[in-house]
Amino acid sequence: MSILEIKNIRKSFGKNEVLKGIDLSLEKGNVLVIIGSSGSGKTTLLRCLNFLEIPDGGSIAVNGETLIDTNDSSTLTDKQIRKNRLHFGLVFQQFNLFPQYTVKDNITLAPKLALKSEAAEIKKANGSSAARDYKAKRLHEIDKKADELLQQVGLSDKAESYPCELSGGQQQRVAIARALAMEPDILCFDEPTSALDPELVGEVLKVLKSLAESGKTMVVVTHEMRFAREVADRVVFMSEGVLTEDGTPDEVFDHPKNERTKQFLQSIF
Amino acid sequence: MSQFVEQLPVVLSALNEGFVQTLKLFIVTLLGALPLGLIISFGSMSKFKPLSSFVKTFVWIVRGSPLMIQLLIIFYMPGIVFHNPVFGGGEEGRFAAACVAFVINYSCYFSEIFRGGIKSIPYGQQEAGEVLGLTKSQIFFRIKLLQVIKHVVPPMSNEIITLVKDTSLARIIAMQEIIWAGEAFLKGSHGIAGQVWPLFFTAVYYLAFNGILTIAFGKLEKKLNYYRG
Repeated sequence: MSILEIKNIRKSFGKNEVLKGIDLSLEKGNVLVIIGSSGSGKTTLLRCLNFLEIPDGGSIAVNGETLIDTNDSSTLTDKQIRKNRLHFGLVFQQFNLFPQYTVKDNITLAPKLALKSEAAEIKKANGSSAARDYKAKRLHEIDKKADELLQQVGLSDKAESYPCELSGGQQQRVAIARALAMEPDILCFDEPTSALDPELVGEVLKVLKSLAESGKTMVVVTHEMRFAREVADRVVFMSEGVLTEDGTPDEVFDHPKNERTKQFLQSIF
Repeated sequence: MSQFVEQLPVVLSALNEGFVQTLKLFIVTLLGALPLGLIISFGSMSKFKPLSSFVKTFVWIVRGSPLMIQLLIIFYMPGIVFHNPVFGGGEEGRFAAACVAFVINYSCYFSEIFRGGIKSIPYGQQEAGEVLGLTKSQIFFRIKLLQVIKHVVPPMSNEIITLVKDTSLARIIAMQEIIWAGEAFLKGSHGIAGQVWPLFFTAVYYLAFNGILTIAFGKLEKKLNYYRG
């Protein structure tokens, strides 16, 4: 069974139809790279997956669980949307770290807030001492996990630094650790290296590559074609709201079938 | 000179008494107008058009008309128009009326400062919180609020210093604040009459108090400078 199943996703902003029926499925542990010119709808697709935009039509399922299906007329509640979001993580082009928190607090904030509501539920069901024990245990785990993630992205020595004290590449690595802390099924990247100085791109791509090797399921929107060729299990080309090419990196880069894909690849190589 | 030395303790104790009223009005206004201003700013940013239009009109009226007129209306209108003088004629009633007028007036000014502060937070902060599964209130209180506070401290300190001096407007409904206390020595009070220097002397109180506030806000600004962004 695929980990991600997207069917006929459509999204318009006013009269502008950005996504014109996207079908996509992804196997667990695979890295999918989405390429295409700007304005083709790549970012909107990622935002739909993360429920920052609600699609006008279509369905999204993760691990066989339907998160949204517009044929089913009921609208999603805020609570459902929040729950759906936890299946996905998103790393932004502009990092969007929380400036007032240290690197480590950036990573632990969301898990700790989630723990608060979990503990409240346990308190209701099993009493306050059970909730206290659970909280203490989880807090320790969250802390340990944050240390591991920092090590994974190579920033153990920056745990107590503030985002403003870090380079762009370091900030983006913290953002990746922050997204991983919520243990999403699928981690999405929206042009994670586009806001970086050229000499800082490598350190971020290295982290992405190690994540791919560790078997993380990822969807990456990027213009780094060399990275796509090396790391992607699958590359799709998007043009004007539809997927026009879908295959292994070799197929897409060396033997593109679609005219638009050929033009695009010619213009960048 | 000997007369001045004789009068000084009398005048100072009267001015101190007036300044306590000034200070009380200042503190009540801050405690009321800061949270109310935040709520009004939410109202003016609401996506529900009727609410935001209503709030914006209200803010326009309050900011667009003199605080002195508002004081007079709030204090006198219940008695004169509705024959129900809720505030009564004593000092307590006058103080209460002044508090109501100041809280309303200043919460409207503060709301605009808060609105600017909230709008200045990049939308990416909201979205970063959303994709991590945070609730709307968690995003506001745990992510945005401190950033908003950092952004609003400079304009807020400006407004609060203005508030210190604006409390003197309560004189118009004969609340016994420090200007009232100083002015009393012109007409005659505590056996002293025809003296103008006590009135001038009140300015020293304002100056000293605003000096303390300026230093305090400077420290707060410095403290919030532990991060950039």
